[in-house]
Parts: sequence; structure tokens; C-alpha cells
Amino acid sequence: MRELQHDSKNSWLNYIFLIVLGLVMVYPLIWLFTSSFKTNADIFGSSRLLPTTYVWDAYKLGWQGTGQYGFEDFFINTLKLVIPTVIFTIVSSVLVAYGFARFNFPLKTLLFSVMIATLMLPNASVMIPRYILFNKLGWLDTYLPFIIPAAFATSAFFIYLMIQFIRGLPRDLDEAATIDGCNSFTVLTRVLLPLCKPAIFSVGIFQFMWTWNDFFNSIIYISSVSKFTISLGLRLSLDASSAVSWNQVLAMSVVSIVPCVLLFFFCQKYFVEGISTTGLKG
Amino acid sequence: MSVPQSILNKIPKSGRRKIKVRRNYQYAGYLYILPWLIGLLIFQLYPFISSLYYSFTDYNMVSAPKWVGLDNYHKIFTEDPDFYQSLKVTGIYVLLAVPVKLAFALFVAMLLSAKLRAINFFRTVYYLPSILGGSVAISVLWRFLFMKEGVVNSLLARVHLGPVDWLGSPDIALYTLGLLTVWQFGSSMVLFLAGIQQIPNDLYEAGSIDGASRFSMFFRITVPMLTPIVLFNLVMQMVNAFQEFTGAFVITHGGPMKSTYLYALKLYEEAFTFFKMGYASALSWILFLIIMAVTAVIFKSSGGWVHYEDGGK
Repeated sequence: MRELQHDSKNSWLNYIFLIVLGLVMVYPLIWLFTSSFKTNADIFGSSRLLPTTYVWDAYKLGWQGTGQYGFEDFFINTLKLVIPTVIFTIVSSVLVAYGFARFNFPLKTLLFSVMIATLMLPNASVMIPRYILFNKLGWLDTYLPFIIPAAFATSAFFIYLMIQFIRGLPRDLDEAATIDGCNSFTVLTRVLLPLCKPAIFSVGIFQFMWTWNDFFNSIIYISSVSKFTISLGLRLSLDASSAVSWNQVLAMSVVSIVPCVLLFFFCQKYFVEGISTTGLKG
Repeated sequence: MSVPQSILNKIPKSGRRKIKVRRNYQYAGYLYILPWLIGLLIFQLYPFISSLYYSFTDYNMVSAPKWVGLDNYHKIFTEDPDFYQSLKVTGIYVLLAVPVKLAFALFVAMLLSAKLRAINFFRTVYYLPSILGGSVAISVLWRFLFMKEGVVNSLLARVHLGPVDWLGSPDIALYTLGLLTVWQFGSSMVLFLAGIQQIPNDLYEAGSIDGASRFSMFFRITVPMLTPIVLFNLVMQMVNAFQEFTGAFVITHGGPMKSTYLYALKLYEEAFTFFKMGYASALSWILFLIIMAVTAVIFKSSGGWVHYEDGGK
């Protein structure tokens, strides 16, 4: 009984702490949203969360953009870049993870260690020669520098995540399927793939968000405004609208993060659970 | 997984040989890892090695690379004050942002490991800033929040504090950027959370029977059990922090007075503004060696503080 009281008092404290800290955490995001309906005067020098005067056209005007290209173009461009990248990432990391998790071949341990080591390889040490390489291949100012490396499973993080997940699935399944006449590829597609759904979701969502939000690679590889992604478009509007209508910049910032936030909320059960089950074991 | 020696000893010698012979390689495995193997060679190994070559050349992407030996390195160390400035601010940034971020991540993970109603909702909320990560939108937001007439100063004014020139003062701007990184503690937090949930409950039960306080259980049980995850988080976050770019680029442009001129910014400018590819490659190799050295120190020291349940494997 005493134990129970102790616990409930503690959980009250926990709740209060979690709520207060949580508000601090999301306050900037709420501010971003409400401020997209504010006037410039309201955005600066006021700590009020809600606008004093509501402005409704920031989204419409911001979406049109100032120059020749608007956010509709940037959105479509981003999708053209992100969707193939995500699909190729999933396909390639599933195949490679299957190879590592279920087969035994010479040098496997060494290759696996190399793969883990690339997890820590700083992007900075490969980005310049990669840029030179893509230049020679004529890939600059296209989305190929994002898509093609994804097809070749260059992200060790995703392979590792898939390996951990596949290792958790019983091998008996493979053996039973083999007896039933499956070859190694059909074992993967018919037996393991349906079971890998949570891990595939995690990989897909992560890669979607990272590519969607990626700024560094966009800025080095994409140069024509007609091919700008959201990140580049947003920075363009930040530079262009010098002290004119900040609410439009804020509105477009909101628009640019909405897909990620929605995806995150719909798939959050895969996020937290997907990671804790595939986790860090081993 | 290797077979323990004690079991091997029980197998007759002839049988033991059979185990070794019957290794039965499945070469189909190569077929599946082939995409990765090709990707490794073309997009990782080849660039990695050729960047060492480029670092000994003068190369502007128009004329062919010209071999200059150690010139680039010599210039970096003797004629480039920006190099030392960027190294200094990056060092401060890594040393401050990474530990604070991890401590905060662990603290929140402890809070979120409680069995409370709506705990999943809280986990989502706390993770949210991290998924938006290095997006330009968040950099825009940070710029607005912390500008002189921004919200943070307005809030401070309510309690009769400030105003603080968060982004305009060379003494403070770097810390304001660091705060953005700390705010995105989510991925470390999730790993801590997963680790906490795997700690066997009997350890805590034994602890409470022995009359240990919550405080001492945290330091005697939770923290030691989480040290492998601390190690992983520490290395990954350190590698990332050394390469931090978007915030410094969008929010402060490296200013004021180069106080946020992080190493990645310097690298970016040399490579993609001035197209001094050889010089930038030398810079990237110096960064690589620094990161390797720090990683090596962390791993070397880890024997002393990382606790493995099975005594290390």
C-alpha cells in the first residue's frame, strides 16, 4: 500500500515534468505555426503566441513564390528526388541485409566489419571526390547523385537496421520454405519480406525524412532554380524577401515540414517500437 | 558466434575436423550483397582514396589536377588563420553540444521509460524536433526565435531580463547554435530508451531489497548497463557534430566575426565557392584524421568505463 502511494506520487511528478518540458520542446514549433498568420510587427518584439491581427494570405502568396518558380515546383521536384531514393534504399538494403543475415560466405566477417566501419566514415571525407566523379559523369544538376548511391546501398545504417531485424526472425521459416521448394530469392520475397514490414517502414520513413530535409547535398548538387528542392526554395525565399513579408517565409517553412510531421504521427508506432526491437543488440 | 572451447573439447578429434570441413559456403550470399559491394567501391572507397590524392594537388575542376606535394597542408597550417578559427569553434562546439545533448537525452529517456498513460504520445512529442532535424525550416525558425527582436528576448523581457544578442554577439552565437543541436536529442534518446527497457528488472528489485535509493540505483545500475549505448551515441554524435553545417550556414553564415565558422563551413567554401578542390581535400583529410583520433581515444578509454553484461565479446 505504501509502495503504491509512493509510486502514484512519483507518477504525478513525472507527468508534470513531462508536460512542462514537452511544452518547452514544442513551443518553437507552435510559434512557427501561429506566426505564419501574424503581421511583421507581431512577429517581432512580441512574445504573444497568438496573432493580434490575423493575416490569412501568407500561405497563398508564399506558395506562389516571388519569381518564376513557386513552391508547387519545389514540392514536385522534392518528390521526384525523394520517392526513387526511398524505393531504391529499401530494395537495396533488404537485399544486402538478407545476404549478410542468412548466408555464409568467405570473408563475410571482414566485409561486415567494413560495412560497420563505413557507418562512422565522415561524409566530409568522400564528398569532394564524389562531387568530382559526378561532374565527370555529367550528373551535376540532376537528382542522380541522390538516387544512384541509394540503389547501391551506401547507407550502412539502413543495412544494419535490416540485418538486426532479419536476424530476429526464426531460421526455421527459411528451412520450411526451402523444403516446400522455395529458392533463396523466393524465401526472401514470399516468407521474409512480409515479416520485415516494420523494419521496412522504419527504413523508408527515415530515408524519406532525411532526404526530404537534406540541405547540404541539395545545395552542392542542384544549381538551376527549376530543379530546386524545398530546402533550396526555402532558403531562396529567405534571401529574397528582405524584410517584406516574413509571415510568408514562416508559412512556407510550415508547409515544408508538414509532410514529415504527418508521416511521423501516422507511423510513430513503427518509429519507437521498430527501433527498440531492432535496437542495438549485438 | 563461436563455439565455446569446453564444448569443442568434448567432440572427438575426427568429428572436430568434420565440423571444420562442413562449412558449406553459400556463394549466393555474394549475389545479395553485390549492390553494396559495388556501391562501397565506387561511392565510398574510391572517393576516400582519391581524396587523399587530390589533397596533394592543385585542382580547380577546369584544368587537370597539378601535383603540388605537401603544399596544401603547408598552407593550411602556416598561412590560413581561418583554419585555426574554424578548428577552435568546432572544438568548442563538439565538446559542449555532444555531452549536453547526451546527458539531456538520457534524462528524458529516464522520464519516458516510466509506465505512464499516454507515454507514447509524450515519446512522439519529444522526438518531433529531431525528425525535422537539419531542415532549413528549423534553421529559419531558430533565426526568428533568437534574433534581437525575437520571441526569446520578448519572453525574457517579461521577467525583466535581457535582451541578449543571441545570434549577433560573437561570444554567444555558437552556444545558440549548440542549443539547436541539443534540442534535437531524439535519436540518442530513443536508443537510451530501448536500452533502459532491456535492463532486467531483478537488478532493481535486488537493489531495492538492499535499500538502495533511486539516485544510487540510477548510478549503480542504470548508467553502467547503458554504457555500451553511451559509447555508440557518443561516437555517432561526435562524428556528426564535427560536420555540422546547415544551422551555421543558414542562421549565422559563420558570423558574427567567424564565431560560428564551423569546419564544415570552411570546407564548403573552399570546395564549392572557390572550387579549390585540392585544398579542400587536404582540409577534409585533416578533419578525418581528427575524427579518427578522437574516436580512437574514446574506444581506447571505453575499456575503463563501458560495461558489458557478458564481460565483453
